[in-house]
Amino acid sequence: MAKEARPVLVLGEFEDAETLMSAAERVRDEGFTHWDCYTPYPVHGLDQKMGIRATALPWLVLGGGLTGCTVGFLMQWFMNAVDYKFLISGKPLWSVPANIPVSFELTILFSAFGAFFGMLAMNGLPRFYRPHFRSERFRRATADRFFIGIEGRDRAFDPQGNQDLLSSLGASHVEVVEE
Amino acid sequence: MAEALARIGGELDNTQDRPERREELILGGLNDTSITDRVCGIVETRPTKAWFLALLMSLSVLGLLGILVPYLIFTGVGVWGVNNPVGWGYAIVNFVFWVGIGHAGTLISAILFLFRQKWRTSINRAAEAMTIFAVICAGLFPGIHVGRAWFAYWMFPLPNQMAMWPNFRSPLLWDVFAVGTYFTVSLLFWYMGMIPDLATLRDRAKNGIRKLAYGALSMGWTGSNRQWHRYERAYLLLAALATPLVLSVHSVVSFDFAVSQVPGWHTTIFPPYFVAGAIFSGFAMVVTLLVPCRAIFGLKEIITLRHLENMNKIIMVTGLMVGYAYAIEFFIAWYGGNPVEKFTFLNRAFGPYDWAYWIMVSCNVISPQIFWFKKARTSLVIMFIVSIFVNIGMWFERFVITISSLANDFVPSAWDYYSPTWVDIGIMIGAFGLFFTLFTLFCRFLPFIAMAEVKAVVADQEHAAHAAHESGAAHDSSSGAEPAAAGAAG
Repeated sequence: MAKEARPVLVLGEFEDAETLMSAAERVRDEGFTHWDCYTPYPVHGLDQKMGIRATALPWLVLGGGLTGCTVGFLMQWFMNAVDYKFLISGKPLWSVPANIPVSFELTILFSAFGAFFGMLAMNGLPRFYRPHFRSERFRRATADRFFIGIEGRDRAFDPQGNQDLLSSLGASHVEVVEE
Repeated sequence: MAEALARIGGELDNTQDRPERREELILGGLNDTSITDRVCGIVETRPTKAWFLALLMSLSVLGLLGILVPYLIFTGVGVWGVNNPVGWGYAIVNFVFWVGIGHAGTLISAILFLFRQKWRTSINRAAEAMTIFAVICAGLFPGIHVGRAWFAYWMFPLPNQMAMWPNFRSPLLWDVFAVGTYFTVSLLFWYMGMIPDLATLRDRAKNGIRKLAYGALSMGWTGSNRQWHRYERAYLLLAALATPLVLSVHSVVSFDFAVSQVPGWHTTIFPPYFVAGAIFSGFAMVVTLLVPCRAIFGLKEIITLRHLENMNKIIMVTGLMVGYAYAIEFFIAWYGGNPVEKFTFLNRAFGPYDWAYWIMVSCNVISPQIFWFKKARTSLVIMFIVSIFVNIGMWFERFVITISSLANDFVPSAWDYYSPTWVDIGIMIGAFGLFFTLFTLFCRFLPFIAMAEVKAVVADQEHAAHAAHESGAAHDSSSGAEPAAAGAAG
C-alpha cells in the first residue's frame, strides 16, 4: 500500500425502518447531498423523508414506446408495400389494421427496454465495486438491516462528526470505510 | 401480534374473512432475518434427495425430447401423424398449451400488482419462472413444426439472399412478434424482480463461485433508496406494460385460428375465450408446482393456505368463463344459422372426437365446480388433483379446437381421422421434461420467493398490527377499521 488509506464513506447501521426514517429526515435537514439510505426492501415514505424527486424514467419509457410504434409501422410499410410488394387477395398493399398487432407488440417491447435499461443506467448498474462492499456489516443491508451512508464526496463529509451525528440519531453501530 | 390461528388438516388457517381485521399473509411470526434465512437456505444448503430425484426424473424425460427432435429433423415431419386435412397436429396443440400456461405468471406478477393484491408476493417469483420456462417449451414447437427446421429463421424479418420479406398480414407472423415480445418482456420483468434478491444471495455467499455468479447477476445492487426509487417506478411501468401484453399474446394466438375461414375456428369469441383459458390453465400449473414445492422447501408460512385458496378461486372463476365460452360457441353455431358451423359443433360433441370433447368438458367445466366448497378450496389433496385435471382438460381443449375442425371441414370426401404417432406423443411428453428440468434447476439456484417484496408485506403487516394495538388501547376494541385501512394503504 503506497497510498495512505483515505476515508470515503461513513456508515450508520439501524435496527428498524422507523428509526431510519426519522434519522433520514434529520440527515436531509443537515444539508447533506451525497448520501443515501440502504434498505433490504423499499421502505414507503422514505423518498419524502430523504427529499428524493420523482424520477424521469417514465419519459424514457414513453420515448421507447413511441420509437417501437414508429419502427413497427415503418418496417411493415417498407417490407410489404415498398421493397417487396405483397399482393394478397387484391387487398391494398398498405393498410393500417393488418399492421396493428405487430406495431403494438413492438411498442410494448421498446417501452420495456426503456424501463429496464433506463432503470439500470440511471442507477449506475452494473457497477461491481462500491466502497460499501468493503464493510462486513453492510452485507446485511440486503437482508435485515438498515443503513445510512454519507459519502466522501459530500461537502460536509467529516468522518468523526458524521459518525457522531448518526449515533445521536439512533444508529446502533457506526463505521468509517476507507478506500 | 395476531392471535393463534386454527388449523385445517395440519395447515395454519388464515382463510377466515372477518370484518374486524385482515388476516396475515405471512405466518409463523417470520421477520426479515428468518425470511432471508429460510429462502436463501434453499439455495445454500445441500440439495435434498427429493430434489435430486426430481431432477433425475425430469432429465430422463427431457432425454426423450433430445432423441426425438433430432429424429424428427433428420427424417422429416412424416414421422408425425399429420395427414392431408389435419396439417396442424400435436405441435400446434402443444404450442398453444404451453403459451397458455405462461399466462398465469404474468397475471400474478403484473395484473395482481396493479390491483395491489399483496398475496401475489409469495408466489410471483415461482410463477414468473414458470412463465419463462413454459414459453421456452412453446417456442420449440413452431420451430420444429416448419418441417425444415434449418429455415426457421424465415419467420423473422431478416434480409436474405432471396430478397424476400415475410407477409405481415399473416397472423402466424403476428404470433412471432407477440410470443417473442412476451418472452423478452417476461424475462426482463423476472430478472429485474430478482436483482435485489440476487444481491442478498451475493452478500451471504461463502465460496468464490457463488460470490462471482451472484455478484455478476446482481450487478452491484446496494439497496440504496435512490436505486429503490427508480427500481419501483420501473417495476410499476413494466407491470403496466405487461398487462396489455399478456392479454394481447393469447389474443394473437387465437387469431391463428380465428382469422382463418375454417368452421369452428372463425369466431369472434376466440380472443377473450383463449385468454380466460390461458389464465385458467396457468393457475392450475402454479398450484401443481407450488403444492409440493412449499412442502419440500419448508415455505408453508410464506405460501399459506390463503394464497392457495385465492388461486383456487381464480381457477374456479376462469373455469366458469371457459365453460360459458363453450356454451356460447354452441349457441352462436345454432343462432348464426350457418349449416357448416352447426355441423362442426355437433360433430365436436358427438363426432369422431367426442371422447376428447367430453374429457375437456369434464376436466375444465365440471371438476373446478368442487371449489364452490371451502373445504375443497383449502384441501391440498383436492386442489392438487383438480389442478392436474385442469392441465389435462386444457390440453384437450386445444386438441379439440385444432384437430376436430381440420379433420371434418367442408367436403366430406376430404375428411380424414388424425391419430398421433409415438413420435408425437414422445415429443409432447419430452416438453414436460424440459419444463420440469428448468423449474427444478430454478428452485435450487435462484431465489424461490421474492424476499424483498415479502419483507415489505411483513412490514405493512407489523404496522397494521401496531396500529390495531394502539387504537385498541386508546378507545376499547371497537375501532376495527383502522388496521384494515393501514393494511390496505401503500
